Amino acid sequence: MTQQTAAQAALVRALKQYGGIFLSLVMLCIIFSFLNPRFMSVVNFMNILQQVAVIAIAAFGMTWVILLGEIDLSVGSIIAVAGMVGAQCFAFGLGFGPALAVTLVAGALMGMLNGVLTAKLLLPSFIVTVATMGIYRGLVSLPTNGAPAMIDNATWTAIGTESFLGLPIIIWVVAVLFVINQILLSKTSFGRRAYLTGGNREAAIYSGIKVDRLKIIIFMISGVMAAISGVLLSSRLFSAQTNAGMSYELDAIAAAVLGGTSLAGGVGTMVGTLIGALIIGVMNNGMNMLSVPYFYQLIVKGLVILVAVWLDVRAKQAKR
Amino acid sequence: MHGSTTDTVLKISNVTKSFGQVAALKNMRLDVRRGRVHTLLGENGAGKSTLMKILAGVHSATSGDISLNDQPYRPANPQQASALGLAIVFQELSLCNNLTVAENILATREPRKFGFINDTALIAKAKAIVTELGLPIDVTEKVGNLSIAQRQLVEIAKGLSHDAKVVILDEPTSSLSDSEAEILFDIIGRLKSRGVAVIYISHRMEEIMRLSDDITVIRDGEYVSTHDRDDVTIEALIALMVGRRMEEIYPPAIHDRSTASAADQPPVLAVERLTRDGEFEDISFKVGAGEILGFFGLVGSGRSEVMNALFGMKNADGTVRLNDQDVRFRSPAEAIARGIGFVTENRKEEGLVLGHSVEWNISMAALPDFTGPFGFTRSGAERKAAATEVGRLAIKTRSLDTPSGALSGGNQQKIVLAKWLLTRPKVLILDEPTRGVDVGAKFEIYKIIRQLAAEGTAILLISSELPEVLGMSDRVVVMHEGVLGATLAGTDLTPETIMAHATGFQS
Repeated sequence: MTQQTAAQAALVRALKQYGGIFLSLVMLCIIFSFLNPRFMSVVNFMNILQQVAVIAIAAFGMTWVILLGEIDLSVGSIIAVAGMVGAQCFAFGLGFGPALAVTLVAGALMGMLNGVLTAKLLLPSFIVTVATMGIYRGLVSLPTNGAPAMIDNATWTAIGTESFLGLPIIIWVVAVLFVINQILLSKTSFGRRAYLTGGNREAAIYSGIKVDRLKIIIFMISGVMAAISGVLLSSRLFSAQTNAGMSYELDAIAAAVLGGTSLAGGVGTMVGTLIGALIIGVMNNGMNMLSVPYFYQLIVKGLVILVAVWLDVRAKQAKR
Repeated sequence: MHGSTTDTVLKISNVTKSFGQVAALKNMRLDVRRGRVHTLLGENGAGKSTLMKILAGVHSATSGDISLNDQPYRPANPQQASALGLAIVFQELSLCNNLTVAENILATREPRKFGFINDTALIAKAKAIVTELGLPIDVTEKVGNLSIAQRQLVEIAKGLSHDAKVVILDEPTSSLSDSEAEILFDIIGRLKSRGVAVIYISHRMEEIMRLSDDITVIRDGEYVSTHDRDDVTIEALIALMVGRRMEEIYPPAIHDRSTASAADQPPVLAVERLTRDGEFEDISFKVGAGEILGFFGLVGSGRSEVMNALFGMKNADGTVRLNDQDVRFRSPAEAIARGIGFVTENRKEEGLVLGHSVEWNISMAALPDFTGPFGFTRSGAERKAAATEVGRLAIKTRSLDTPSGALSGGNQQKIVLAKWLLTRPKVLILDEPTRGVDVGAKFEIYKIIRQLAAEGTAILLISSELPEVLGMSDRVVVMHEGVLGATLAGTDLTPETIMAHATGFQS
């Protein structure tokens, strides 16, 4: 009895928090299924999940950064660098394990540079990551002079193309990373410190939270998440492209903000971000199926983000 | 009973305001008359803010009548309220720091020419307002360059620059020095002579007795009584406000301590020749277990700067010894780990994360204690500890999950105290612990401080309120312009000697 009421209370709380944004997702699905009968199918939803994976994972990292009241615009460039680092590792004859490790370390280092510049030089993260966005994008082309690099490691390419227990591996990766980020954010003291620091940096410092270290670690998380996105993207393409992940940072930011992450800091959840990423995925997929020209897609996506965030803000104000 | 009703400008009768199930105001009434100062007195959470928000058009009353000059008064929003002749100066500042004083005073009502702001007219108009009020402020100065107190005066000028019939001042003196407060009292005098009705909200009893014509006491959202200033005493008002007789404002020390025994004990904290260029010089003092060491000084005397250096926020030269060991903290985290707690001066800026829950705020500084294996938060232990503190300090909150920003000032301050109590400090620094807190909550905070001292915590109590320093401290350090003026104890502890050292007349 009490268990049931506790479950009900949790459901009510979840509805209050995510109801608006979840409704937007459902409505989009309904609209698309009317416009194209093939939209509502298990196969297509698997497709959407795979397509959205790269953005969702980058958005998990972005959620941490925005939660802290910062921004990371270098995510798209890190995605490209990660693919190229992986390709070069294989060119040097490394196996899958070492290549993956080097790629993730590269992501962590790029994130660390963003964090150190922001925390220690007291530069706004917007400026720092606009600069590193350019620098990292430039670095991608160094090994190949701008040409794409083929990846022929079977394990690497299997990530993006094979299935495990009936589900594409790529979906497993998203699920595992979602759970890890969710637990880290909601169940650990590290996550708590991120919420507190994003909510009031001064109060966090006076309460003994080492905010500089926290900031650097969080930019590193964003870097590693982007690197994993890069691994997935390059494995789906069987190659590292120099323009891979271009403007993905904007989709990642949109996913986080759609999911209720506040740009002012201190507010946000991984569940929200996942729903936000799904909205973006559904829109991309649905409009592609309808053969909507790319430029119209951009306009519609922009409008949907505006309306969804507006509805969400309005719902939260009404609650007060 | 209160003169003829023809004088009444604003009449509030039987006003009730409910938020869902909770009634914030019940049958409130108030008669505000022209040319008089009407003080609204009540503890934090008594319903003053709700009433002011109804008058300002932020909330609307659930039932009841309000009339302004015999016309029904129901503003739909603050703009309408101001157009109808009601000016409100809120406690929190709402100025743009990078605009000038003139631009702020006349914001949204700038004189225009061909759609462009007419700067000459703007400055002239603002100057006229400032001169009329007698404010010593240059209207072309950027607000960001003014002191907090000057900004408060600008805020007041902004509120008064409307042609107001009723002016509401919500704790206008809380950040003003005595001389600046005098300017404000002067302004209030001029408003009265112009026939403006003033609703005044303050916690400072002396000031209330001096300024008010009428005083209305409210408690728990309900009207208690209205008095003529001449027919009532401070003690009687406090008793009405808290609903119980307050025997003393400062609770007695729990165990008797003489200054001799304090000197015999080894100090918990000994500070020697602490110096930071341009902020403070040669600061030396000691504090023993269970001792309350008061710190008094005028604004700008460097008290808070010394405490920030002690807490690892800033570097300073000199030695600090904690339990006979040399320490040098490079960050607050190190200071906290060694048993120092710091209730900072501005609870909204440095004390609380207003958007987060009571529980999260209470556990914030003791987070390492609530961290289990693999960094997981021990949420059961955390919740229990937070609930215990909420009970022990009698924090009034709907639940542990309520955002701390939703609580009244006194309860917010108790959360900050609870946060530091959970770290079990050996030395607790309290910087203006009762600022913006009502009398009832003040008394409770004093009791907590006494209890902590009795348990052996060494306490540094910084305060700008002389009675508070005198009433609570065993010894008092007086600072003047970054230098230690004197350390006073026993019979030397008189208001006169403390003020003399604080103002630098004796040195």
